[in-house]
Amino acid sequence: MPDTLFTKEHEWVKLEGNVASVGITDFAAHQLGDITFVELPPVGKAVKQFEVLCGIESVKTASDIYAPLSGKVIAVNAALNDTPEVVNESPEAEAWMARLEIASDPAETARLMTRDQYLEYLKGL
Amino acid sequence: MEQLKETPLVGRHRALGALMAPFGGWEMPIQYEGILAEHRACREKSALFDICHMGEFRYKGDLVAGGLEDVFTFSVASIPVGRSRYGFLLNEQGGIVDDLIVFRIAEDEAMIVVNAATAPNDFSVIESRLPGSARFEDISAATGKLDLQGPMSRDVLLSLLGHEVAAIPYFRFIETDVLGKPAIVSRTGYTGELGYEIFLPAGKVDELWSTLLTYPSVKPAGLGARDLLRLEVGYSLYGNDLDETITPLEAGLDAFVNLDKQFVGRDALLAQKHAGLSRAKVAFKVGSRRSPRHYYEIWTGDARVGTVTSGAFSPMLGCGVGIGLVDPASARPGTALSIRHGNVAMDAVACTLPFFAGGSLRS
Repeated sequence: MPDTLFTKEHEWVKLEGNVASVGITDFAAHQLGDITFVELPPVGKAVKQFEVLCGIESVKTASDIYAPLSGKVIAVNAALNDTPEVVNESPEAEAWMARLEIASDPAETARLMTRDQYLEYLKGL
Repeated sequence: MEQLKETPLVGRHRALGALMAPFGGWEMPIQYEGILAEHRACREKSALFDICHMGEFRYKGDLVAGGLEDVFTFSVASIPVGRSRYGFLLNEQGGIVDDLIVFRIAEDEAMIVVNAATAPNDFSVIESRLPGSARFEDISAATGKLDLQGPMSRDVLLSLLGHEVAAIPYFRFIETDVLGKPAIVSRTGYTGELGYEIFLPAGKVDELWSTLLTYPSVKPAGLGARDLLRLEVGYSLYGNDLDETITPLEAGLDAFVNLDKQFVGRDALLAQKHAGLSRAKVAFKVGSRRSPRHYYEIWTGDARVGTVTSGAFSPMLGCGVGIGLVDPASARPGTALSIRHGNVAMDAVACTLPFFAGGSLRS
């Protein structure tokens, strides 16, 4: 199974064992424009798949970020508090937003897309 | 849907990769490189804006006998030739039909510069208030407008147009040749920076745009940056902060209303002043980088007291800022406010304007 998967709402999730790092895709960052604020979730917060995980604001708009998988927040990228522009500079690497401890449910990962599937999905938008 | 209008520069904007969007019935550039980069260019160097969508009207005739003197909230006849003045066109209820600037071109001539979306209605409202002895025409289509704003704008125009430009004080203008055609260069703008608005024949806009962009200190900027720049200095935006249901008194713009002269809406304003305002303009700073936005709710304690009319993240302050209309008691600087929208709540404090006072406007 590929270790990075994507949602229709333009989140990415990178799996390392039972830890899933979450961020938004390059496409999403570009669509939002200059990011001015990332509302990081509280550590310990439990979320179900596709529930609101946290929020993000750009000059133009405010959006929700959804949890690609069910889990519990075990870490957040506090650097984004002061430098949210990193989301524009490096959306799919440096600008991870939260790490979730997950239960590795195959039914959940089956609802996500591989990179190729995601790129194909973008073509249809 | 009605066909969007295009400025002479629409091809230039697309070639620059601009994000285009409808604004006031026009297809306009929202951003090129990015809103924050363009905002910074304007605060630090200079930014060039395509403002051809705005409307221009020409009035020729005696200002008093021809009726123009009684149309706006300020006296046109008392503006010295070569100067301009900001104010309002009101309806009978005192609501703002538009905010605008009148340029006193000559003893018997004025140019009225209005917002894009409101221009057609403005023209008919103004025309209906003139008895008809003066000539009044819509020159919007023939008139192009470029704004060059920022601390380096004067140096650029000095190099392009010569020393005449250096001497233009704030809210004054000169008539001069630009690229061989008669033009108006006005020391006005919408950014809080030193800057100029250049009115010239629409056919010369493309050449002036290209010429100005050859200067290394000039960057093209879109309406996104323009909105941020104006909000940081507390300027109102028609359609957001001002509309036909809001009076200049509620909008905190009494300074641009002369109640000692005649104008449509004066009686309503006098009555409102006598009765006391039921709502007032508030400016506030948010205690985080969160951005308030148009229509977000304003609360004090458990009471909803009003609505945000404009809001943004201010790059200069590093926090969210906004203006809105509230219960007058909640507008006092220092009042603790909560800005709410859905499950979002942000703490804010009412403050005075401008949010950002460090611009080069009067340098």
